[in-house]
Amino acid sequence: MDWKMWSLKKSVWVFHVNTGACNNCDIEIVNLLTPKFDVERFGIKLVGSPRHADALLVTGVVTRQAAKRLQEVYRQTAKPCVVFCMGACACGTGIFEGAYHVAGPVDNIIRQVDPNAIIVYVPGCPPKPQAMIMGVVKALSALQPEKEYAT
Amino acid sequence: MIDALRNLSWILIFPGLVFTLAVGLLASWLVRKVSALVQYRVGPPVYQPMADVMKLMGKEVLIPQDAQRTVFMLAPLAGFSGVLLLSTMLWLVTARITYVGDIVVAIYLMVLPSLALILGSSASGSPHAAIGASREMKLVLGYELPLVLAFLVVIIKTADLVEPGQQLSLVAISQHTPVLSVSGLLAFVVALLCVQAKLGFVPFDIAESEAEVASGVMIEYSGALLAVWKLMQAMMLVALPLFLVVVFLGGIDLSGWSLLWGIGKYVLVLVLVILIKNTNPRVKIDQAMRFFWFYCGTPLAAAVILAMVGNYYGIAWL
Repeated sequence: MDWKMWSLKKSVWVFHVNTGACNNCDIEIVNLLTPKFDVERFGIKLVGSPRHADALLVTGVVTRQAAKRLQEVYRQTAKPCVVFCMGACACGTGIFEGAYHVAGPVDNIIRQVDPNAIIVYVPGCPPKPQAMIMGVVKALSALQPEKEYAT
Repeated sequence: MIDALRNLSWILIFPGLVFTLAVGLLASWLVRKVSALVQYRVGPPVYQPMADVMKLMGKEVLIPQDAQRTVFMLAPLAGFSGVLLLSTMLWLVTARITYVGDIVVAIYLMVLPSLALILGSSASGSPHAAIGASREMKLVLGYELPLVLAFLVVIIKTADLVEPGQQLSLVAISQHTPVLSVSGLLAFVVALLCVQAKLGFVPFDIAESEAEVASGVMIEYSGALLAVWKLMQAMMLVALPLFLVVVFLGGIDLSGWSLLWGIGKYVLVLVLVILIKNTNPRVKIDQAMRFFWFYCGTPLAAAVILAMVGNYYGIAWL
């Protein structure tokens, strides 16, 4: 394993994008930073700008308003990066399937920009913090060196 | 030639770049670990700051379309080299190597990181960064005055103590401990708070507040450029507490067991800064200005008068 992959796996900075969630998943994400789970042990940290981020935590179904913004945020993120779909709404469209305001699940919206994007699905309503940590672990093992990412 | 090589090795290896970076990364781990312990968490492993910087070095560098490219890319390097020189100078002062005028140079070099931050964020063409830059500018205006005044107290207290033929320099100052007097203690407390603001730590992290302006001054930086900023901040964690130790706490003696005592003083200042960081909420920019000019300025004016009176009547503890 080269130094780029090693350091990327040891230090994942996360930017949290809410594309229309009910706040349930967001509360569980904040729960990850509390003393009980403390993901800073693994070098995972919330950052304030997508340019600093290695992972986008997307919560909620993508509304038509949010779709363009999500794509823009993905383009602004420094590559290589991973996209996490947190919760049932982000993975599929959950209970909002077929509703008038829905632009689609997160993976469709991201793949319109970058077909090669690494997308991780963490289902649940809301997913448990343990499930989220497991999602992060699986995503990190899926990361490959020397892969081309669109920007 | 030999002299030039020696100076270069001072700046690039010991006690400059390599040594300061190692200590700085260790210090920034200490910041995160102590913060975690205060919050009953476990905290990151010791290699965490190094992994962060390595990761940023390997990532893509994005430059915004509206950015002024040259300034945007050179600003981190300017700030970095400023802190590098400052820290090299301070370590050389602890080794009793000095020159005339190093006090003024130290004050100049300490402003350089903030100036670079303002330049870089103004060049990035982002409204959030512009807000961050304006706040950083006001913060610099706020804390520079008390910091120089606190320095003045030390100069007044030590000016009479240097021997006739000797120049007043940081080395001469570092042989006294002004903090053991009333005016010196006042000046030390204020200087500690100014260093807090210089490091950009809570309660004075107004310029890069993550909640309101999304990392403010650094919002548009990514990849290797952000890594340089992070390294600069890590090195400031070495240089600024060391400056306090040199000026107020009697410096670091490099011989034998007193070296341990010197390192203890540095760690003490660092932990004080971290504890202030973890027990205070962020203030607004107007509150910060008022704090520095009135609540720090007034006691400092009193400290200056006390120091002069003490000098005049020869009372050492004033």
